[in-house]
Amino acid sequence: MILKRPTLWIILLIAAAFALIPAVTGDIALRESLLLGAVYIILASNLNLMIGYTAYVNFGNIAFFGLGGYIGLYVVNTLHWSLWPACLIAGCVVSLLALVLGSGILRLRGAYFALATIGVNEAVKAFVTNFQPFGGASGMYLSFSSFNALGGARHALWLAYFAMIALMALSMILSLVIKRSRFGLGLFAIREDEDAAQVLGVKAPLYKSLTYAASAFIPAMAGTIYFFKNGVILPEQAFDLTLSIEAIVMLMLGGQGTVLGVALGAFAYEQFRGYLLVSSTFSQFQLVVAGILLLLIVLFLPEGFMGWVYRRVPRLRKVIE
Amino acid sequence: MFYDLIASLVNGVLVGAIYGLAAIGLTLIFGVMNVINLMHGATIALGMFALYFLVTAAGLNPYLSIPVVLAGGFVFGVGVYWIAVHRVIGGSDLMTLLATFAVNMIIIGIGTAVWSTSPYNVDVSVPQLTASLHGYTIPGTQLVAAALAVILAGLLYAFLYYTRLGKAIRAVANNRQAAELMGINTQWVLAISFGIGIAVAAAAGLLIATLFPFTILSGANYELKSFVVVVLGGLGDPAGALLGGILLGLIEGVSAPFVDVSWTPVIEFTLFVLILVLFPKGLLRFGRGKR
Repeated sequence: MILKRPTLWIILLIAAAFALIPAVTGDIALRESLLLGAVYIILASNLNLMIGYTAYVNFGNIAFFGLGGYIGLYVVNTLHWSLWPACLIAGCVVSLLALVLGSGILRLRGAYFALATIGVNEAVKAFVTNFQPFGGASGMYLSFSSFNALGGARHALWLAYFAMIALMALSMILSLVIKRSRFGLGLFAIREDEDAAQVLGVKAPLYKSLTYAASAFIPAMAGTIYFFKNGVILPEQAFDLTLSIEAIVMLMLGGQGTVLGVALGAFAYEQFRGYLLVSSTFSQFQLVVAGILLLLIVLFLPEGFMGWVYRRVPRLRKVIE
Repeated sequence: MFYDLIASLVNGVLVGAIYGLAAIGLTLIFGVMNVINLMHGATIALGMFALYFLVTAAGLNPYLSIPVVLAGGFVFGVGVYWIAVHRVIGGSDLMTLLATFAVNMIIIGIGTAVWSTSPYNVDVSVPQLTASLHGYTIPGTQLVAAALAVILAGLLYAFLYYTRLGKAIRAVANNRQAAELMGINTQWVLAISFGIGIAVAAAAGLLIATLFPFTILSGANYELKSFVVVVLGGLGDPAGALLGGILLGLIEGVSAPFVDVSWTPVIEFTLFVLILVLFPKGLLRFGRGKR
């Protein structure tokens, strides 16, 4: 039973803390920082389904986020629908697209797949830059009246924040449920040896496509909320390949294939990045420090923080997943 | 209209030769050690800035700075190999991708801090060679750059096929264990190949910088183009990369008069994904999957 897993309760606790602390203190700056942390956790957790569980390196994971943002904002702006159905539509459309696309590119393995995902992100970005209904290169601006439907800008921003926290909790629960299911077991088998897994009856192509589509759903919804909150969406921000790869850094930092480790990695990375950006010595060298950090993890601690913890205290493997 | 197309095609082929040279650096590294080099773009950008400083500060002739950049790139590449790549080679794809990407972040980060992201320009002109074609002029710099790209590719080909070290590199690419058993010091061959790949990419960056203005971030664009080229020509095949580069230049040339320039990347990357899925061994290798 999933309810008996301590990890589930830890996830709910984290989400409650995220939601309550800024709401009680009314600290807007803290809320913004935590919102970004939640976005990073969502991106890293869903990417973890592909990289950590299935060992397929997806560099274009940010395409789901950006495309979701575009579709959601289009629905809100042009069709004048409310944010919530727009969010759901974005999630479903992007997921379906991912399912179709995945059945094609997931026939590739290893480095070839990784290259294809870069191509996908760039193709989508180039397409959106030219697609006039989405505003082309100059992007889309949200009309201010859209906030009124949610009770004014102030209220709308808080609602968007709580929705993002809910999505964050959902991402982590999804990771946990998949990890503890038969389906997840199939994914781990693919990760270890895809050919052997197929011989043993794991329907690898189907499993991979489903995972690819699942890893698109929540990021697409998060994209809608994130860019709704910003009030503007531009191709450069929506399909930022660097953020996509930063998400990989986060999940490596925490420990790929874990649920809470990845979330911790994402949160730590966000805090660290925020610190570098404001510090006078490092603000120029934020990218350099992140690069050195990544290199050190890759070279000396490839299993991440949780891997290090598990080696120290093997019993924690069962408690903190 | 007809001459429009011809001029645009010639232009495409000339630029394509340089794309090809850049892609050779990428494909050589992939072919020999199965690493997709994500610091390729940063290397190209470094080549561009090397030209800028060799010409403005040291007063060197732009084309004579090629050997300097090749040597510098080689040393740099070997150094990066021993620091960042050596430990993770032979591991999972993710690790080598991330290791090279980390180096990319470091270079781009330092470059942005030092040179900012504003554009630089090196004034190069070769008026004696400028050709004209029914009202269209093809600048001499383009002809020279394309010729040098082909010459460098030819030299690399000769090196790989007619020298002992080249033979060792090909042997390691073919089967690392067997090569090791034949007494080849594979670690050094890998380091040297990485160095050559980096040197070639930097030289391609230099040639691009003789034609267009550039920033520290320009390399990323050419890195993506190199991926497309490499996929067109078949991953790990240097001769295919040159042809793939010219093919990509042709595609850009053919599409230029008909569709808006901003649509070119859409065509390129869609083509890229399609070819990767349908012909993973490259378009130029007939018979799918055969090697």
